[in-house]
Amino acid sequence: MPKPGPSDAGASGTTRGTAPSRVALSMQDFSLSYGTRPALQHVDLEIPDHSVTAIIGPSGCGKSTLLRTFNRMNDLIPGVRVSGTARFGAIDVYASGTDVVELRRRVGMVFQRPNPFPKSIFENVAFGLRMLGVRKRRELEGRVEQSLQHASLWNEVKDRLHGSALQLSGGQQQRLCIARCLAVEPEVILMDEPASALDPTATARVEELVLGLKERYTLVVVTHNMQQAARISDRTAFMLEGKLVEFDETRRLFTSPRQKLTEDYITGRFG
Amino acid sequence: MASTGAADRAYRALLGTLALAVPLVAALIVFEMSRGAAPTLRAEGWHFIFATDWDPVAEKFGALPYLYGTVVTSGLALLFAVPLGLGAAIEPWLIAHLGFLPLFQGFPFGLGVLNAGLVLAIMILPTIVSLSREILRVTPGGLREAALALGATRAEAITVMLGAARPGIVGAVILALGRALGETMAVTMVIGNTNRISASLLAPGATMASVIANEFTEATGKLHLAALIEIALLLFAMTLVVNGVARLLVYWSFGARRDVAGAV
Amino acid sequence: MSPAPSDALTLGSPALALRPLPAGRPAFVRRFSNLLLIVASGASALIVMTPLVLIIGELLVRGLPGMSLGFFVHMPAPVGEPGGGMANAIVGTGILVGLGLVLALPIGVGTGVYLAEHGNGPLGSTVRYLADVLSGVPSIVIGVATYGLVVVTLGHFSALAGGVALGLLMIPTLARSTEEVVRLVPASYRQAALALGAPKWKVTQAVVLPAARAGIVTATLLALARAAGETAPLLFTALGNRFWSTAIERPIGSLPVMIYDYARAPYADWNRQAWAGALVLLILVTVVSALLRLTARRIR
Repeated sequence: MPKPGPSDAGASGTTRGTAPSRVALSMQDFSLSYGTRPALQHVDLEIPDHSVTAIIGPSGCGKSTLLRTFNRMNDLIPGVRVSGTARFGAIDVYASGTDVVELRRRVGMVFQRPNPFPKSIFENVAFGLRMLGVRKRRELEGRVEQSLQHASLWNEVKDRLHGSALQLSGGQQQRLCIARCLAVEPEVILMDEPASALDPTATARVEELVLGLKERYTLVVVTHNMQQAARISDRTAFMLEGKLVEFDETRRLFTSPRQKLTEDYITGRFG
Repeated sequence: MASTGAADRAYRALLGTLALAVPLVAALIVFEMSRGAAPTLRAEGWHFIFATDWDPVAEKFGALPYLYGTVVTSGLALLFAVPLGLGAAIEPWLIAHLGFLPLFQGFPFGLGVLNAGLVLAIMILPTIVSLSREILRVTPGGLREAALALGATRAEAITVMLGAARPGIVGAVILALGRALGETMAVTMVIGNTNRISASLLAPGATMASVIANEFTEATGKLHLAALIEIALLLFAMTLVVNGVARLLVYWSFGARRDVAGAV
Repeated sequence: MSPAPSDALTLGSPALALRPLPAGRPAFVRRFSNLLLIVASGASALIVMTPLVLIIGELLVRGLPGMSLGFFVHMPAPVGEPGGGMANAIVGTGILVGLGLVLALPIGVGTGVYLAEHGNGPLGSTVRYLADVLSGVPSIVIGVATYGLVVVTLGHFSALAGGVALGLLMIPTLARSTEEVVRLVPASYRQAALALGAPKWKVTQAVVLPAARAGIVTATLLALARAAGETAPLLFTALGNRFWSTAIERPIGSLPVMIYDYARAPYADWNRQAWAGALVLLILVTVVSALLRLTARRIR
């Protein structure tokens, strides 16, 4: 699968510097349905590289479905039908030549409820590395430490790397899952309500982490918490009933939304 | 909770008494068989387990050939059944239960230990498949999702699930072993029923259960009968240990209360 | 403690000279192992089903010819003479299973209800554990124990002894299945009844048990079907009887034992009847299992 090159599909606005940003993820007239039930309808969007994009909307609007399209986790549900195109860089996600296993490595995911494996902390992070063929002890240890550092968990676990991951607190488990994801060197990290199962302190840690990760990764975060979206994201997408209603720079979306539906949602008139 | 009246206490006592029947039954079984086996227990002692002669006329008995037959056939059964059973449990196929039937296929290649092992394997397969499926069903699906999202192949993700389910599956296998140890009728018909220990798997043999089934009603003399009862006692002890260990493992993976009583 | 800024440690920094991770399609070994596992598990499923299919096929082919009305209605013919049926054995199985139920139903269901409603203490745990362990005891061992308990005491083989043996077999599974079913009754039913002021025993008796009745019937049928097919425990308790007998203090014939005897006999006619008998048992078990799957789906 060729690595995505700089795209000239049109930069949708950069968040820093003068370098033109690539489009990391995009959809063109993409629709998805579970059997006869439509979940996404004619979505067009472009998510730039090295940014944090939030997806907000009421329950059932298709936020998670949208997210799971990019790493084809929707495939796990029987009866899924798609039309249109979804891309990771230049690669058509649903094309028959696309290797799903490799796609999922490069487009990582963090889930709502932390799901560490019932193994040691070390083995959790090393899982993906071993899978990719990393065998040497020193290399494994180095990469595990690096991932844990990047996930801002190293100092808390460095003395008990071989203890069970299930002994960690919820917030720590979630950061462990993030470390596990980082270890296989993805380019995009999809997060499906990553902090909704965590207490406020742990949530704050995860949000800090997201902001820090922006330097090296592209992040897409589904959240039901609008304040969180406003805090951490550069751009926000508002979805309703499978349609992308509005997609704009976060500050602009929250202060002067263009669509009435968006305004209604933000001001709490529904959802 | 509201104060328990006399009727409540009486009802509970009634149920409790009925429930006490279970330990009572267990105790009765042990007692009865110890009593029945007493003559040989006294006459032969520990020697019984290691002796190989089985001579009702001379009144000398040894259980070793039957222990050997039981262990070998059950081992073969596991050898055949476990990889097949686990493999079948992974894919969600519909597998009907075999039920307990007096099997009497005449295998074209004669009577012997190997055939008995095969027949036993067929009999315990449903147990292994059904229990493994149950156990995999209650293993959290989030593990598989997490593995797939990291870029694992289907096989690698299933391996993660199997790893998490391992204590339960080991328990299921041991339960199946317990079944195989005690299976009587199918084995009796296929194993050839001779008192010799033979290295060849194709040679006939006998198991503890099969010798009891064959000789009990024709037992000559009290000592003969007592020897057979002692073999039953030994079998009982073996299955107790095996099942006790298995249940602990299955409990552990399910949480202490639930169990797959229905599937067993 | 603030999170380490992510650009403090980058790939290729002097501390860790790491070559990039392998990228691109997963290594051949991984793809191959994946394919292998999927093929192997599909093949296993097929292999597991094969004996079942073969057995059913064999039973149908050899059993159907022997299944005439006479099989169900006639008594066994004198030894060596062709013809006759297994009427006494079929009735015998019915009587034995019935006797077993008399013993197992109150104890099994009672224990199950106890475990579900009051079984959270040490007694409950012990009983539960013992019931599970007992359900794994080989049926022949139960037969031997029953021999000592009943046959020796009474001085002769009897249908009663056979019934006791079957009953002992059924108690553990019945108890655990009942417990399972009773636990499934929604807590809201109990709470509603308690809130109306009903004492606990009445809640159990008048609300929980009726709600669980379908499940208990199912569990009983399952235990019944199993017990009906058991041979080993009957070999030296009920023994067997080629003549018509329904007396509980005398030996009685049963279908599985008769099948066992006929199967080993040198008479071709008897062998044929044995196949027919086995087919009858198969049909019995299949029907009960099918019923169970249907009703279980409705309960869940």
